[in-house]
Amino acid sequence: MMGGVNIISMEKNMKNTISTLAATALLASTTSVSAADVEVLHWWTSGGEAASVNYLKEKLSGAGVGWTDFAVAGGGGENAMTVLKSRAISGNPPTAAQIKGPSIQEWGDLGFLADIDGVAQANDWDNLLPAVVSDVMKHNGKYVAAPVNVHRVNWMWSNPEVYAYAGATIPTTWDDFMVQAKKLQAAGFVALAHGGQPWQDATVFEAVVLGVGGADYYNKAFVDLDMDALDSATTLKVFETFGNLRQFVDANSPGRDWNVATSMVIEGKAGSQIMGDWAKGEFKVAGKSVGTDYVCTAAPGTSGAHTFNIDSFAFFAQSDAASTEAQNIMAAEILGTDFQTVFNLNKGSIPARLGVSRAEFDTCAHDSMDAFVSASASGSLVPSFAHGMAMSSAVGGAVTDSATNFFNSDQSAADGVAQLVASIKAAM
Amino acid sequence: MLNFLEKNLPKIVLAPTTIVMVICMYGFIVWTGLLSLTKSRMMPQWDFVGLDQYRRLFANPRWDVAVDNLFIFLILFIVIALVLGLLLAIFLDQKIRVEGAIRTIYLYPMAISFIVTGTAWKWILNPGLGIEKLMNDWGFVGFEFRWLVEQDMAIYTIVIAAVWQSSGFVMALFLAGLRGVDENLTKAARIDGASTIQLYWHVILPLMRPVFFSAIVILTHIAIKSFDLVQALTGGGPGYASDLPANFMYTFTFNRAQIGLGASSAMIMLFGVLAILIPYLYSELREKKS
Repeated sequence: MMGGVNIISMEKNMKNTISTLAATALLASTTSVSAADVEVLHWWTSGGEAASVNYLKEKLSGAGVGWTDFAVAGGGGENAMTVLKSRAISGNPPTAAQIKGPSIQEWGDLGFLADIDGVAQANDWDNLLPAVVSDVMKHNGKYVAAPVNVHRVNWMWSNPEVYAYAGATIPTTWDDFMVQAKKLQAAGFVALAHGGQPWQDATVFEAVVLGVGGADYYNKAFVDLDMDALDSATTLKVFETFGNLRQFVDANSPGRDWNVATSMVIEGKAGSQIMGDWAKGEFKVAGKSVGTDYVCTAAPGTSGAHTFNIDSFAFFAQSDAASTEAQNIMAAEILGTDFQTVFNLNKGSIPARLGVSRAEFDTCAHDSMDAFVSASASGSLVPSFAHGMAMSSAVGGAVTDSATNFFNSDQSAADGVAQLVASIKAAM
Repeated sequence: MLNFLEKNLPKIVLAPTTIVMVICMYGFIVWTGLLSLTKSRMMPQWDFVGLDQYRRLFANPRWDVAVDNLFIFLILFIVIALVLGLLLAIFLDQKIRVEGAIRTIYLYPMAISFIVTGTAWKWILNPGLGIEKLMNDWGFVGFEFRWLVEQDMAIYTIVIAAVWQSSGFVMALFLAGLRGVDENLTKAARIDGASTIQLYWHVILPLMRPVFFSAIVILTHIAIKSFDLVQALTGGGPGYASDLPANFMYTFTFNRAQIGLGASSAMIMLFGVLAILIPYLYSELREKKS
């Protein structure tokens, strides 16, 4: 651990951004203790993601805070969580860790998280963050985590050339999807590019739930876990629609990674993919331009709605004042406009805070920003359960199990509903 | 002093290992057993709820699938690996040329980890990449072999890969056994006019009984702890159709924050192993006495 604020870099940093100024001001005003390093647990190790994290590291070193990288790759963070648990139990947690959604509350309940309300109030987070975002970041009314981005999950990525060749149009409802997908199939394309992994099955299932049932039903059944809403005719219709999609997926799909499915759309082998906005990175890397080579539309039937998936860093209680100071500086940096812009340009998502210039973002991101604001006003801004924003991991796992088992078998819609209800009850 | 050392040195040398064994094996077994009686979720916590986790475990459809799969896998894997291994060993035992080279070839899969085996077979069995595509490209247009992506058949692809990996090892066990057979016995049988088949069936195979036992015990525990092969070959899919109990345990304990449920599934797996091992140990120990 490197103690001691580097005076020269502190001075340099004074010329930097407003948020850094605010953070250093806080540092100077509250205490004279120097900042230590931050140790950050994350699993952003692939190209664009790693670049995003590196930017945070640079910003912090500008503020005189060293960075100890604690990256645990693999499995969508499962490995990282295992490591984090053992570190936390042994009384040696990192400064911050990539934790999101209801998991923040689980960690908070166990008493591991740090109160960063001081930084939040000093930087006016309550006004910078939309309520849906800030609610997730608070435990017992105090900020314990800082959001880095907002992903929209209910996207459909399509190849317009494929649709034109098959004489089909990009569908906006699920009923229309079935019609258009038949046309794509008749022309020899795979209609729905899909990777048969449980979380991807759940991602498509979630889009069907929102598209068929609407936001009210979505909230009642999959956020509040209302048993009457779950065991209803709407759920039956959801499963029927979801089951209809089986025929539009190719035989090789089981086990396929999501980015391989995306490349089927890029290469013109498949019409569309239902996937969150991180898919945009694949199109960019392939040198495709939005509007001509690929189009982003909301998943069928969800055009006004927005399924959000927020990545965030939760902060762990530190034993010494220096580490706490470093932690506060990091929290302030994360909400800075600089970091939010660069990080989200790399990641394909949109900034979690208001007041970031839209100019550098593309049209898909603009759509996502508009939908975020309008859906928030109309009540159709919903948390993504396929990505752990709506339910505890136990219940979320039960829903994923039911969805993936249904999609990969010839189970009837009625049996699908029955299994869903039973397994949610068992997991609660 | 010297006397004391002379007497107790073996005990002193063995003590650290014994302590580590007791704590890390039996201690943690007890700990897992206790956890399975609590309602632990993300972290261990000590609110005891009796057998509630076991009730939830047996109500979970995914656990049913995992247990059914284990029986299918266990039986097919052991029987096929035993038969193949035995046949290979018998053929190799006919004093053929380049036996050393052939033996090495059959034994080699054992040197590869299950992750590599799983990944290789994933490509071989993938319809768009492996056997099916090859046959189609060769002109057999109607040829279909897509067990890997069919929910009912995926577990059999795991059997295929595991047999490929382990039958060479079983062969080596049997070969060692066959080499130990007293030549006088086979000569005597020949003189009595036994055919080759009769010789093997009535004389040699009964002598192989200890080898069968070792092979079965080793194969059983390979089967029960199979985790990496499933993870690499099918990822438990399609859906969760090819899950085995070990995968279930890992998923629920570490990914789903249900440590209590995961612990109860681990205990059931332990009981499964004991149910096989105890009768075996019993029969082995009894034989030594007589």
